[in-house]
Amino acid sequence: MTRVTMTVNGKAVSGEVEGRTLLSQFLREGLGLTGTHIGCDTSQCGACVVHVNGQDVKSCTTFALECEGAEIRTIEGMANPDGSLSTIQQAFQDHHGLQCGFCTPGMVMTASALLAKSPTPSEAEIRHYLEGNICRCTGYHNIVKAILAASGQDVSHLGHGDAVAAE
Amino acid sequence: MYAFELVRPATLDEAVTALGTEEAQALGGGQTLIPTLKQRLAAPAKLVCLGGLAELKGVCIDDDGAVCVGGATPHAVVAAEAAAHYPALAALAGNIGDPAVRNRGTIGGSLANNDPSACYPAAALGSGATIRTVNRDIAADDFFQGMFTTALEDGEIITEVRFPVPERAAYQKFEQPASRFALVGVFVAKYADGVRVAVTGASEGGVFRWAEAEAALSADFSAAAIAGLSLEADMMIGDLHGSPEYRAHLVKVLTGRAVTAAG
Repeated sequence: MTRVTMTVNGKAVSGEVEGRTLLSQFLREGLGLTGTHIGCDTSQCGACVVHVNGQDVKSCTTFALECEGAEIRTIEGMANPDGSLSTIQQAFQDHHGLQCGFCTPGMVMTASALLAKSPTPSEAEIRHYLEGNICRCTGYHNIVKAILAASGQDVSHLGHGDAVAAE
Repeated sequence: MYAFELVRPATLDEAVTALGTEEAQALGGGQTLIPTLKQRLAAPAKLVCLGGLAELKGVCIDDDGAVCVGGATPHAVVAAEAAAHYPALAALAGNIGDPAVRNRGTIGGSLANNDPSACYPAAALGSGATIRTVNRDIAADDFFQGMFTTALEDGEIITEVRFPVPERAAYQKFEQPASRFALVGVFVAKYADGVRVAVTGASEGGVFRWAEAEAALSADFSAAAIAGLSLEADMMIGDLHGSPEYRAHLVKVLTGRAVTAAG
């Protein structure tokens, strides 16, 4: 076992891990931060996306020890300091951007990374950026709408959650 | 995953030393290796993490105008930093996997693995790139030696990949819709001394150059120039996603599209 130290959601944390301990495993089992979900565990689905030094990565395909000294942000660190939902989280709620909610942590983390790079993305850009995030409820339309809304763009022309068939 | 020791060398020298031990393997971005370890298809005793070596990261232009990419540079960085110098290379890097994969996966890892459906081998072979390692320079023509096989020796680390910049180039990928890997991908690059055409995803032998198309395109750089050519299906991959004949056909179609896209 090796000691690993990192900053998670602004707090310094450390723990004993094996070489093979994944970042997702360390976050969930080591730190109890179970908001990061494990969907496929094969880096396909994106439910486990977190930010490592500001970059969106799949925590199921990153070793904890590779993150020594890194700044990690998970879904637990996304709300505003007063506990209210962040703009992106609120937009997911307002526009019904989640159904079962399993993929939502990864969707929010990926959306947040996109908006940091591209503050007003087009719909096509959003869909392309979500390529590595799978929603098994197939609720993509409202997820895209929520991200557009979170970026301050008008979504009134996109209608309500009746567009699933259009996927 | 079987248990292993993960070491994080601070310098390239330390990495070379660590890789000199029995059953040690280099870890780039891990986007292929970690899934492989999870399936227990690899069982190294030690993984040597190259991600912390700043000297292996970044994109620069050398005195001859070639684009030089550090071996541990993630795809997303190549997509951003090579865009002004070699747009076709940047576009290829920016369309590998998905955004999170591109933030971790590295050029050195991709080339060393030489997956028969990976994109980067097509760019390296199609550009006549030089793969620079801790020991030597290897021409792309000598580097790729068949599916998952390269000229690299055990423990040999790719430090840099040097791409001469062509007059025009483009990459066309026909994606397998579930995995987004190239069912077939074709990289076409026009240099002053001729055209190179490199094909990934199609052959049992891994990435290869299509010599007949190169000759035809060197004489006339237009999609029409390859209209009369055809590729044998003998050595093509056949699987549930496509037959050998289908892949052979796709190679020609995508070569034409790449030539048109290169302009």
